[in-house]
Amino acid sequence: MKKRFSSLIEIQKEINEGNLNLPELVQYYLTQINKNKHLNAFLEVFEEDAKEQAEEIQKKITLKTAGKLAGMVIAIKDNIVYKDHESSASSQILKGFTSLFSATVVERLLAEDAIIIGRTNCDEFAMGASNENSAFGPVLNAIDNTRVPGGSSGGSAVAVQADMCLASLGSDTGGSIRQPAAFTGIYGLYPTYGAISRWGLIAFASSFDQIGPFTSSVSDMSLLMNCITGKDENDASMAQIEALNIQLTDNTKPLKIAYINDCVNHEGLEESIQTKTFEFIEALKEKGHSLTPIDFPYLDQMVPCYQILTTAEASSNLSRFSGLTYGNRSNNAIDLESMYKTTRSEGFGAEVKRRIMLGTFVLTSDFYDAYYTKAQKVRQVIRQETLKIFENYDIILTPTTSTVAFKIGEKSNNPIAMYLADLFTVQANLAGIPALSIPYGTDDNGLPIGMQIMGKPFEESTLLQLAQQLQ
Amino acid sequence: MTTYEAIIGLEIHIQLLTKSKAYCSDLAEYGALPNTQVSPISLAHPGTLPKHNKEVIEKAIMMGLALNCNITRNNRFDRKNYFYADLPKGYQITQDQTPICTGGFVSIKNKDGEEKSIRITRIHMEEDSGKSMHDQDLNDTLVDYNRAGVPLIELVSEPDLKSAEEAYEYVSEMRKLVRYLGICDGNMEEGSLRCDANVSIRPVGTTTFGTKVEIKNMNSISNVKRAIESEIIRQTELLNSGQTFVSETRGFNALKGQTFSMRTKEAANDYRYFPEPDLPPFIVSDAYLQQLTESLPSLPHQLYNRLKNELSLPEYDAKTITEDKDLTNYFLNITEHTSNYKSAANWTLGTIKSYLNEQAMHINDFHLNASKIAELIALIDLDKLSNSSASQLVFPELVKNPNESVLSIAERLNVIQTNDVNLISGIIAEVLAKYPDKVEEYKNGKKGLLGLFVGEVMKASKGKADPKTVNTEVIKALS
Amino acid sequence: MQITDEKINQLAHLSRLTFDNNEKAKIKQDLERILELCESLNKIDTEGVEPLIHMTNSVNIVREDNPHQEFSREELLKNAPKKDSDYFRVPKVIEQAK
Repeated sequence: MKKRFSSLIEIQKEINEGNLNLPELVQYYLTQINKNKHLNAFLEVFEEDAKEQAEEIQKKITLKTAGKLAGMVIAIKDNIVYKDHESSASSQILKGFTSLFSATVVERLLAEDAIIIGRTNCDEFAMGASNENSAFGPVLNAIDNTRVPGGSSGGSAVAVQADMCLASLGSDTGGSIRQPAAFTGIYGLYPTYGAISRWGLIAFASSFDQIGPFTSSVSDMSLLMNCITGKDENDASMAQIEALNIQLTDNTKPLKIAYINDCVNHEGLEESIQTKTFEFIEALKEKGHSLTPIDFPYLDQMVPCYQILTTAEASSNLSRFSGLTYGNRSNNAIDLESMYKTTRSEGFGAEVKRRIMLGTFVLTSDFYDAYYTKAQKVRQVIRQETLKIFENYDIILTPTTSTVAFKIGEKSNNPIAMYLADLFTVQANLAGIPALSIPYGTDDNGLPIGMQIMGKPFEESTLLQLAQQLQ
Repeated sequence: MTTYEAIIGLEIHIQLLTKSKAYCSDLAEYGALPNTQVSPISLAHPGTLPKHNKEVIEKAIMMGLALNCNITRNNRFDRKNYFYADLPKGYQITQDQTPICTGGFVSIKNKDGEEKSIRITRIHMEEDSGKSMHDQDLNDTLVDYNRAGVPLIELVSEPDLKSAEEAYEYVSEMRKLVRYLGICDGNMEEGSLRCDANVSIRPVGTTTFGTKVEIKNMNSISNVKRAIESEIIRQTELLNSGQTFVSETRGFNALKGQTFSMRTKEAANDYRYFPEPDLPPFIVSDAYLQQLTESLPSLPHQLYNRLKNELSLPEYDAKTITEDKDLTNYFLNITEHTSNYKSAANWTLGTIKSYLNEQAMHINDFHLNASKIAELIALIDLDKLSNSSASQLVFPELVKNPNESVLSIAERLNVIQTNDVNLISGIIAEVLAKYPDKVEEYKNGKKGLLGLFVGEVMKASKGKADPKTVNTEVIKALS
Repeated sequence: MQITDEKINQLAHLSRLTFDNNEKAKIKQDLERILELCESLNKIDTEGVEPLIHMTNSVNIVREDNPHQEFSREELLKNAPKKDSDYFRVPKVIEQAK
């Protein structure tokens, strides 16, 4: 879809040449948001804040004291907290909650003078692959309003797709950035697990969740990654690394790329995507890279493994939503027990409840070993086998999804079908490796298709360099 | 009628004296105004994450070292999931799989005064919950989360205790130990030390364990003893009358002196323990362990042995002094200036302790240098000062003037005794001259009159004559 | 994998969720189908494999024992559904309400 600006470089050029100022830019995006209200991408627009910040930062630009992200107008997913602003994780149970602090990623963006224009709609507590599970209505795909944008970060994806902001942040636990990126024709990155602080991310599955960017250009992706990665004293679980310093060049060295047979020839893969995948492979070969098919016979196990582990962690992470010290306590509470039950039953949607029940099940003592421990071991196998591939290859390639954006309502009654939307994306989360969805054309109906490239831990630069080469 | 033996295991929760909480930087002080020591982390706000306080790990290891435990090198953390108003996250961060200490033992004295070893099963780190108040309001429970997240270690013993008295000794020993190590103030009434007991009985000579009952909410060491005693009696009476009883949790009614059934837990609460994904492992290195081992202070039983064996103090003195580490330090300071250890002990346990009690003062706030006590002892040993004038006259003055020398104060108060024989003889002669009939009666066998003469001489000398010398000289003069 | 009604009730209670009969039936069905999918995990031989628990190499990430009170009680009570000036208020547990 056509965008006025696809990169910060373009914006900064216009500003520096005097053709544009920041308040005008913000106004442009506010108008875009207004025009696209029907897509329901935004839950709240920080209009006053954005206008104020635009004035402030424009002054700094003039004085040449502005940060690296001056001119970046960005949206954040509703599960990333922002001090003195509301965050609800698209759930009734948290509607009206105002956080006392900001997520580390938000602080880092603001420190470099990015403007945060609003919070975006998503699947409730990030659980979903279509953004149909929000308590505040589904998000519509801008390219075809009868279709889903993907999920759980549907709102963040559409915000960028429909030119309502330059970039956005989402979160990815099993594909929640990459799949919507593929469905909306933009870039979406799942960073290496541990590269970005989870302080301020409303937790779904602690050992899978990462915040990541949506952008229309590779340069913006690099810029944002350089800004938001790096150790944070508030997050003990993350990697103790310095911020990434991705520098894109015109020189891409030839890479050894493996593509997974089991994905590329999967019976559920739509023909149009398969065709595009082979085209992509050829395009890479033309650029001088070597492409080799490999087997990775764990597709059947990856989604169940992911489901067991993420629902287990989620069932515990969501125990704090009970109306005790914050949140919307039910009016039907007559004693402590009923407070818990009514608050949670009224406040959570069906998908969230289903996952909590499954997660609780796998952690109960009689089933713990059979399901939870088994899944942890299978995860170890998947991670080891994935890392083994990187002993001989630089990149692993698959299509991002097996279908293009499906119709609203098509899969919402079929949890299994919905879970399989994550089929090609969960591997990166299970293994903790970075994965980028690159927009690559459309099908015959104009619906976007994405190609997924996965890399070695902390080698986002290799992925982005390749994506840059193909841009 | 069958004779039963009791099998008792104790679980003690020890609140660690750190400045901040276990997983966040909230203050961990006792007694603050409600909800003034909380934060988004301790209130489980969305997006918050825990981070381990290194002081907690250190204190836990010190306890383990003091109890001869194995220190776990590869420490992991787990979540214990359950719902209650005082638990904001809906789970507690604890150590289920890898407790920081395992094995170990502590020595207590059994009823025959013999040393008995009680084995430790494990010690693990966890966090405390908030405080709920149910009786402040008709409809609501009031919750204060100041305590939520305060670090605890849970210390579990093997069921090696055989009586309520042994349980009492065990808890006392633990309380003493945590105070010695400076890791906890050991105050059961304030809840910084909490004890749960698991009690069962079985016929003497059998090996199968009987039905186990858990007793909670015993808020003093003496209540621990009373509760266990009453529970053993209850179980014995039931079994002897052919009845059975259930495995349950019981509370203790201190007024009635009896245990009572608490709400029976619904079908076992499944805590769904699983590894805490937000906290990475803590590896205890050789170097760290070595450093902590070297910094371990002297322990109560080590000091007891030193006082009893090296300093030859009687058992009672050694035990009583070493109840308190700071008092022991003061005592040891005195012994650096005198080799009359028994006297030093008497002063410590007598005059000084009384003074501290009167003033409601802690020994650490007692500003009299230990060397001064040694000075007092020296003067007494030289017969220059009587015990009574030392403790009743000189000591109070010394406390007011801690920089003055003892001798100077004694002189100022005119209580220096003389043992100048000539001077004393003179006074004796005067006194004897006053009571010629009594002298006669003495010489005729009424030896009891000696006390009269000695008393008169003391009076005449205004107490400055050394009583021993007076005694000797009067006897001489009357012979 | 068959899930009994009793198990569903247990799980609902452990999670503090309530379901009407229709919802219970649906959840039961959904869980059974998902668990059926999970049977495929048994096809992978995990003999001698360590469970994967931590996704980074970080160890010994600890903080100094320095207390820090950032927010006022008022700010922290702000989001509470029910409170007074000092306490969070919750409905009583049934026994305490007697």
